[in-house]
Amino acid sequence: MASPSQISIGDALPQVLLLRNLLPFSLINKPLPDDRFHFLRAWESSVPLDEFVLANAQSARAVVTSGGAPVTADLLRMLPDLQFVLTTTAGLNHIDLDECRRRGIAVANAAGVFSEDVAEVAVCLLIDVWRRISAGDRYIRAGRWVGIGAFPLGFKLRGKRVGIVGLGRIGMEVAKRLDAFGCIISYNSRNQKTDIAYPFFPNLRDLASNSDALVICCGLTDETHHMIDKEVMMTLGKEGVIVNIGRGPIIDEKEMVELLVKGELGGAGLDVFENEPDVPKELMGLDNVVMTPHCGALTRESFLTLCELVVGNLEAFFSNRPLLSQVQL
Amino acid sequence: MASTQESPNGTVIPLPHVLLLRYPAHFSHINYPLPDHLFHLLKPWESPLPLDQFVLAHARSAQAVVTTGGISFHADLMSMMPDLRLIVTTSAGLDHIDLAECRRRGIAIACAGDVYSEVVADLAVGLLLDLWRKVSAANRYVRAGRWARDGDFPLGSKLGGKRVGIVGLGSIGTEVAKRLEAFGCIISYNSRKEKPSVSFPFYTDVLDLASNSDALVICCGLTPETHHMINREVMTALGKDGVIVNIGRGAIVDEKEMVQLLVSGELGGAGLDVFENEPHFPQDLIGLDNVVLSPHCAAFTPESFFNMCQLVVGNLEAFFSNKPLLSPVALEEV
Repeated sequence: MASPSQISIGDALPQVLLLRNLLPFSLINKPLPDDRFHFLRAWESSVPLDEFVLANAQSARAVVTSGGAPVTADLLRMLPDLQFVLTTTAGLNHIDLDECRRRGIAVANAAGVFSEDVAEVAVCLLIDVWRRISAGDRYIRAGRWVGIGAFPLGFKLRGKRVGIVGLGRIGMEVAKRLDAFGCIISYNSRNQKTDIAYPFFPNLRDLASNSDALVICCGLTDETHHMIDKEVMMTLGKEGVIVNIGRGPIIDEKEMVELLVKGELGGAGLDVFENEPDVPKELMGLDNVVMTPHCGALTRESFLTLCELVVGNLEAFFSNRPLLSQVQL
Repeated sequence: MASTQESPNGTVIPLPHVLLLRYPAHFSHINYPLPDHLFHLLKPWESPLPLDQFVLAHARSAQAVVTTGGISFHADLMSMMPDLRLIVTTSAGLDHIDLAECRRRGIAIACAGDVYSEVVADLAVGLLLDLWRKVSAANRYVRAGRWARDGDFPLGSKLGGKRVGIVGLGSIGTEVAKRLEAFGCIISYNSRKEKPSVSFPFYTDVLDLASNSDALVICCGLTPETHHMINREVMTALGKDGVIVNIGRGAIVDEKEMVQLLVSGELGGAGLDVFENEPHFPQDLIGLDNVVLSPHCAAFTPESFFNMCQLVVGNLEAFFSNKPLLSPVALEEV
């Protein structure tokens, strides 16, 4: 928070409205660059957001948000000088893009920053389910290891057919890694990618019937909501595995749980859920399910990169240079 | 059970005797039929006699033995078999065989070749991923209901950009390196000898490798030279953020020291498929969140078992028809 002596210096620095504390900085104990920007810390004020904005942020040309703090049309209307919205997320659902487009406000996000990190967790979840790594660890810790050969066999990765749902940046990083294990990759996406050699299945159910595992790498939209439904999962079958590092609601979670409990679906590796942080209780006792608390993107390294991207974008904007990660609206 | 076969000119000849030291679980696990039609298989587990007495009574003229890991085929037992010329092992390692005695008597060894290399590498990479991205620990966190109660889980560490030192760049180590490269890891290695065809940096000393690595993946065999090779000094050089993955043999690592360093926080973490005294393992590991424990199953998949069974039969067939073995061990090199 600015001290009285800092305010006079702060007036000369470009003003940036911060709706909430920036987790990427706080989680790795990195200070905000207060020496270069005058951050208007809305959450630190006791007054509601709109009052704060009216009182303090009228000349702010930039606002920085993370996923939990929406940039609505109402908020945008309160910021007459606003020219730049920067989000620390890859997703854009929390920003009124139409209003930004209308007013010529530039938007930049964090697409690409987390792709490799998320892909790592996707691959780890898949190996874990196929090779029973977490289950083996539980087995030993519970004192059940009495001799070699008693633990159930796992599966080789080479030759396994993996269907990537959504071959964007994350999907490509997943494919690249699984390639090295000898998996056979195919995909479903909104559009076929003409420069990609992997087989394309326009129909998701066809992808499922030609795959041993599906890895969900797409974003959540109206079209993808509950896209992985009972039919797709039954087609994947008793030996089939699902890995989800996209968003929980892409899968019909209730159906998935039932199929897993009944043994109609072979296994699941899940980093995301429909109602986080709540996780279906029925999954807790299943040996063929591995669950992580939405942490695919959460590494020290990705946060460091993200902090650099935030600062880099702000510096570029205020020196009239091209933004580092501008979104085409 | 047939003990004879008809030769091409119609004469009846006895099937060659092959001693199976132990019940071959690889075959039974996947219902692969034992080659009883090709060889007279001597099965000590079907007899009430202890193994050495069984050998004296029934297997003295056997020329070939099939052994698994975990049962030591030592010189005393070998001396009861004067006609022994071939040992076929289903284990990836050779530490259960008296190699010096084989060299002395000119006994050939057929090993597992690269039947297990890929699946072992798959697990090694899985363990490393799990350690750095804390997946098993996160899974425990969620199952204990802590995500809802205690909030966000601690940050993991990205694999990409990490320096990984492979200890033993044989066929398993090579498969591990190939996979880790796809994640953007920086590979270097230590081996008995530098490999001229390999572009990864080579360190003659495993201590130097550790000082220049964020993780060590142990892929070598257990020999008198590699016993406790990963000692306190090496692990301290790896450091408090460093991790070890061991899919070789437990005794390559000084287990007691490792546990102490893990408990004190001087070593960052460990992914272990093998232990010094399986199935026993240091109980102090149970309380640690930064270890992943695996019940010696890196090689165990239906696919690798199938390939192993085929290889065993193939090696025996080759041997008894005086053809080259499919997967011979170069005894002068081990």
